[in-house]
Amino acid sequence: MSSVPKPKDAPAKNEPSVIGNALAQVGACGLFLLQILAAIPRSLRYIKETIRQIWFVGAMSLVIIMTCGLFVGMVLGLQLYYVLSIFGGTAALGTVVSLSLYRELGPVVTALLFAGRAGTSITAEIGLMRATDQLAAMEMMAVDPIAYVAAPRFLAGIVAMPLLACVFNALGIFGAHLVGVSWLGLDNGTFWSNMTSSVDVWKDVVNGVWKSCAFGAVVALIAVFQGYTTPPTSEGVAYATTRTVVFSSIVVLALDFVMTAFLM
Amino acid sequence: MSESRQAAAGSALVEVRGLHTTLGGKVIFDGIDLDVPRGKITAIMGPSGTGKTTLLRHITGQLPPDSGEIRVDGENVPTLSRGALFDLREKIGFLFQNSALLTDFTVFENVAFPLRQHMKLPEDLLRNIVLTKLQAVGLRGAAELMPAELSGGMARRVALARAIVRDPMLILYDEPFVGLDPIALNQVLRLIRTLNDTLGITSVLVAHEFAAVSRVVDQVYLIASGKVAARGSPAELARGESPWTKQFFGGDADGPVPFHYPARDYALDLGFPAGS
Repeated sequence: MSSVPKPKDAPAKNEPSVIGNALAQVGACGLFLLQILAAIPRSLRYIKETIRQIWFVGAMSLVIIMTCGLFVGMVLGLQLYYVLSIFGGTAALGTVVSLSLYRELGPVVTALLFAGRAGTSITAEIGLMRATDQLAAMEMMAVDPIAYVAAPRFLAGIVAMPLLACVFNALGIFGAHLVGVSWLGLDNGTFWSNMTSSVDVWKDVVNGVWKSCAFGAVVALIAVFQGYTTPPTSEGVAYATTRTVVFSSIVVLALDFVMTAFLM
Repeated sequence: MSESRQAAAGSALVEVRGLHTTLGGKVIFDGIDLDVPRGKITAIMGPSGTGKTTLLRHITGQLPPDSGEIRVDGENVPTLSRGALFDLREKIGFLFQNSALLTDFTVFENVAFPLRQHMKLPEDLLRNIVLTKLQAVGLRGAAELMPAELSGGMARRVALARAIVRDPMLILYDEPFVGLDPIALNQVLRLIRTLNDTLGITSVLVAHEFAAVSRVVDQVYLIASGKVAARGSPAELARGESPWTKQFFGGDADGPVPFHYPARDYALDLGFPAGS
């Protein structure tokens, strides 16, 4: 939307730098996280709201997670079968696919999809609540919006993300099996036995779940923070939803590197 | 009633002293003093952008002032902790300018929301209280509608029912008459008066409709240019000789209350030499 052009001799505003703004946002987000953590005991009163949010961000994201999981697994199966066949190692298809999914692709791709599907809706919902004074109305009714609105969505993100990642992994392995065994003729027993003998529950599966929990917390925090602090305008809400996807994607990928370095 | 409440009985429920507020570089309040007597209806009037809603936000602790004292029921609002502020807000009803209904809840659940959050009432009793309040605003039949299905005037009446559902000691109405048809306006005016007379509630009302306001309020504050420009009963203000009251109630563009928002020279903005 264009604004009224400024006259040539209008005094220039002292705009803060981009880096200064970014640091201020990180600081404000950190303080907001502390507020949410402090409000979690109070938010247990609203357990029904937390369950409703888990259904909303979790169950309602199942279709996109399952579809993407299936196709990612099918592509992995196809690509890896081709590469492994060069070295005569197609028997390792199940192992390579499952390790890729459990360790990296499952948690990361689920988090990116979660940011796009659930993160944006959380930001838009809270942003509109801000714009229509619903959060202020709660404050005026002596109901803490951090405990009633922010904390349940934050907890829902932490709970829903690992469950969604598990579904993603399962559908991914199913997709790879579909391509490798049913389509390209790899032996079914070889596919499963190599996978079960190579995958370690604690090192591979559980570490992936930890990653998912961390990604769920980060994406939900960013989504709630962006909604809570958005300017109460339609443009403000639009920018906030965009920022949720952009910031979540960057932070998830950066955090993935850090966690991988520590968990390997 | 506690000793402090007994001592305070008869005095002003809301006392504002030396209130200074600057927002976005603009002085909103420049040392305002104001009293809202218990059990009375006080109207805050003034030109648009003069800070009437800001004053309500100060009284409820939504926005801290730059300086000054705001006492509600003896407690200095700007110094209260968040917990103490929430305790105080449990005794205050607030009608927002844009109704601020919770859009995911039905009309019934919107009105029931404060009761569900703060009181453990049997469902039958809660239902009766909510329906009684909805009946008072003429919307008992709309209990199952969603806020999106209501007109602006109906939404305002639902918000009013929500504001009074816990029979608070103080109700703050921010523009309660906007969007009301004449029948609803009459009923809301009567409801505001009845609440005050029967329950001893104190009311602060921000509005522009002097004709409607003068039918129910006990005193009016006219705020302009960051100061209290006039104070008195509606009748006193209506026959007031002060240039402030004459201009505001006469609706004149010229006078001590500026019609134009502060701006630099008009000719300069249009690209002509200054003063041309």
